[in-house]
Amino acid sequence: MLDVSGLRAGYGGVEVLRGLDLSVAEGEILAVLGANGVGKTTLNKVLSGVLPASSGEIRFCGETITRASAAHIVAAGLIQVPEGRKIFPDLSVRENLILGSYRRGKPDRARNLEHVLDVFPRLRERLAQMGGTLSGGEQQMLAIGRGMMAEPKLLILDEPSLGLSPLLVEEMYALIRRLNTEGLSIMLVEQNVVQSLEIAARAMILENGACALSGPASDLAANPELKRAYLGM
Amino acid sequence: MNYPPAIIAEAMVNGLLTGSVYALVALGLTLVYGVLHIINFAHGALLTCAMFAVWALVTFTGISPYAAILPLALAFFAGGYVLQRYLIGPASHGDDSNILLVTLGLSIAIENALLAAFHADTRNLEGDFGFQVIELGPMLISRPKLIGFAAAVAVAGLLWLLLARTDTGRAIRAVAKEKLGARLMGIEVGHIYGVTFGIGCACLAVAACLLMPSFYVNPRVGNAFVLVAFTIVVLGGMGSVAGALLGGLFIGMVESLGGLLLGDSLGQLGIFVIFILVLLFRPTGLFGARA
Ligand SMILES: Nc1ncnc2c1ncn2[C@@H]1O[C@H](COP(=O)(O)OP(=O)(O)OP(=O)(O)O)[C@@H](O)[C@H]1O
Ligand SMILES: [Mg+2]
Repeated sequence: MLDVSGLRAGYGGVEVLRGLDLSVAEGEILAVLGANGVGKTTLNKVLSGVLPASSGEIRFCGETITRASAAHIVAAGLIQVPEGRKIFPDLSVRENLILGSYRRGKPDRARNLEHVLDVFPRLRERLAQMGGTLSGGEQQMLAIGRGMMAEPKLLILDEPSLGLSPLLVEEMYALIRRLNTEGLSIMLVEQNVVQSLEIAARAMILENGACALSGPASDLAANPELKRAYLGM
Repeated sequence: MNYPPAIIAEAMVNGLLTGSVYALVALGLTLVYGVLHIINFAHGALLTCAMFAVWALVTFTGISPYAAILPLALAFFAGGYVLQRYLIGPASHGDDSNILLVTLGLSIAIENALLAAFHADTRNLEGDFGFQVIELGPMLISRPKLIGFAAAVAVAGLLWLLLARTDTGRAIRAVAKEKLGARLMGIEVGHIYGVTFGIGCACLAVAACLLMPSFYVNPRVGNAFVLVAFTIVVLGGMGSVAGALLGGLFIGMVESLGGLLLGDSLGQLGIFVIFILVLLFRPTGLFGARA
């Protein structure tokens, strides 16, 4: 459903993505892994249309969205839960969720809200609380819930486990798996190699702004080179 | 210095009424500041523009200034939207300090255009608006000011509804604090900026309709109001809508009581003393401003 080929992008004169290819198939979890600063977040920004690509092509559900506006990309169903959550600090939890359906999913807003609150009971208890006063873990739930309100066809999660306690990380991965079994396609961008490979169907390793290694997650998990480079084994 | 209580009460009520229109001017300023994070230097010139528009409409078509509220507010909303989205926004290339310069340039251009068109003359609305008073117990209250108060409260209420209850309002508040998050939800920041600026201009249009019956217009008149409005915005906390409302009422009262106790020409002195005291001791504002 998402096909990226030869993607190049960067900031000013500095190129970060140097000819990247990747694809996400309908209904799968693709894990995009890589060390700090290789350009994972940059890739997400380009996919969501908030940073322009300098060359290459992005196709989503049969439509070329390489130069599309962020609003158009959201309307098409490609939704990103960004690094650092980026929730609205002085809007209530309810309003944060409601704004998730600003561009897409409005007709079923009430039903989707109920669904999100069933998935995250902790948010239900805090509907009137300001987003900015939530704990880090709650903010991450809010960010994902806000993304779900847009009825994503493909959900991009940028380091959802960042800053969570080990127990919450477990919970987060269980949740991602659950969303996926309910039919959602997910691109999971992570540094947490072990757990990401456990739940992903396929994975790719980013290095130097391009794909260094990709394939079924189980193959990558067994790859000796990967073990040495990323797992210190 | 012994004033009968009725006189003091009358001054306070009149101050509150005037203050409500100040609040409206401040509302536009604070909203634009809160969302776009810029001080709109063209605010005064745009208010002058709106007051001339009221004057022209009333003088040439004979409609009541109050009937001009709705059409003028809509026209100023549209004008403000276009101005921000297609002139100020693109001309600033996303750099806040450029926006400042663009609005400053805009205010100079508007003022000079008005000077060229209307010269430096001062104009009033024809009619006896200024002398219409209503007796409220022992107090004499100016009728245009009473209407102004009611209308200003209504506009503030509508604005609150818009900000609190509509998607556009929520998006305005969202963009104010988290632009990237908003874009990723499909909110077009440029559009929201335009709407916000448009609302600020619409507030000016309403304020102009409420002011003209008891005030005059010349090409510089807006600046005096904006100076007061700026004091209100600082007092209420930069970007705080509720603060602008309370601040407006408070400043109106200070001016009125100051005028009573110190004489008309010194009435505004109290405002600026407060301005300086607030800047010195409570730079985030008096009224529950969130940092
Ligand atoms: N706004 C920016 N302006 C200039 N350079 C940037 C900007 N954002 C990121 N970079 C640079 O681009 C490179 C890739 O950054 P990016 O945020 O995409 O990395 P990442 O893979 O997401 O890292 P992490 O795992 O730490 O989040 C880094 O060298 C970073 O310094
Ligand atoms: Mg990152």
